[in-house]
Amino acid sequence: MKKKTAYLGVMLALALICSYVEVLIPFSVGIPGIKLGLANIVIVFALYSLGTKEAYILSIARVLISGFMFGNVMAIAYSFAGGMLSLTIMYLLKKTKLLSVISVSIAGGIAHNIGQIIIATLIVSNYSVMYYIPVLMVAGFITGTLIGIVAQEVFLRVGHLLRVR
Amino acid sequence: MNRRFGKNDVIFIGFLAMFCIAVCIWVYKGGAVEGSNIVITVDGKDYGTYSLLEEQTITIGEGETINIIEIKDGKAYMREASCPDQLCVDQNEISFDKESIICLPNKVVITVISDVQSDVDGIVR
Repeated sequence: MKKKTAYLGVMLALALICSYVEVLIPFSVGIPGIKLGLANIVIVFALYSLGTKEAYILSIARVLISGFMFGNVMAIAYSFAGGMLSLTIMYLLKKTKLLSVISVSIAGGIAHNIGQIIIATLIVSNYSVMYYIPVLMVAGFITGTLIGIVAQEVFLRVGHLLRVR
Repeated sequence: MNRRFGKNDVIFIGFLAMFCIAVCIWVYKGGAVEGSNIVITVDGKDYGTYSLLEEQTITIGEGETINIIEIKDGKAYMREASCPDQLCVDQNEISFDKESIICLPNKVVITVISDVQSDVDGIVR
């Protein structure tokens, strides 16, 4: 357990660095809500190497800390909704043991953006926000694929080093 | 868990891709129709309807939270906003039916609507 706590700390730091790097990269396509989501690499990796509970802890801590450092209260609300929905979907898909990390990550990427749009719709109480759903779903698909490839490779190569159970 | 990509993944990703495409078609099935007016809502309430044909500047709010919308050449865009992220200002100008610019922090939504009647009757100007 002690070892696990140490790993959690390391991964939280890594996730925060990813969030920071992402703020530095000027990556904008003119549509709000589309980001690379580099920190999700760490979350997906943690889900596979450390466990479900740890991935949830990591995700919540990352959203709160990076929200306070780089964003605002609204950013925290969006990231939280997206992060929780995507992690829950990824956990359920992972439990089936039928799919590779890439597939799980793609589903997570799409779920992340759908979670955000649900919160956005509730906040502005206007359904025209729903018009962004297809764009955000495609974006989630693409970023989910990229993140899945990286997370899978990292997990297959160094995942066995973190077997602490 | 050492396998990288299997048959299940192909089926699953194919299903997800089809789902994405289906949603795209469902939402965008109308195609691109030039709009005639913009509707502005603030915090879910109607603020006003403005014609895209007239060049005008619309200022919403007072004091600290303001949004300035400009209509020019039949297109609307957010010229200025007090929000911290400025995402609405970075968005492209809108002119097609159902296109929208949304400023989440200030809860301002601009949506293009098309005047269906004018397609039938036509307006002589």
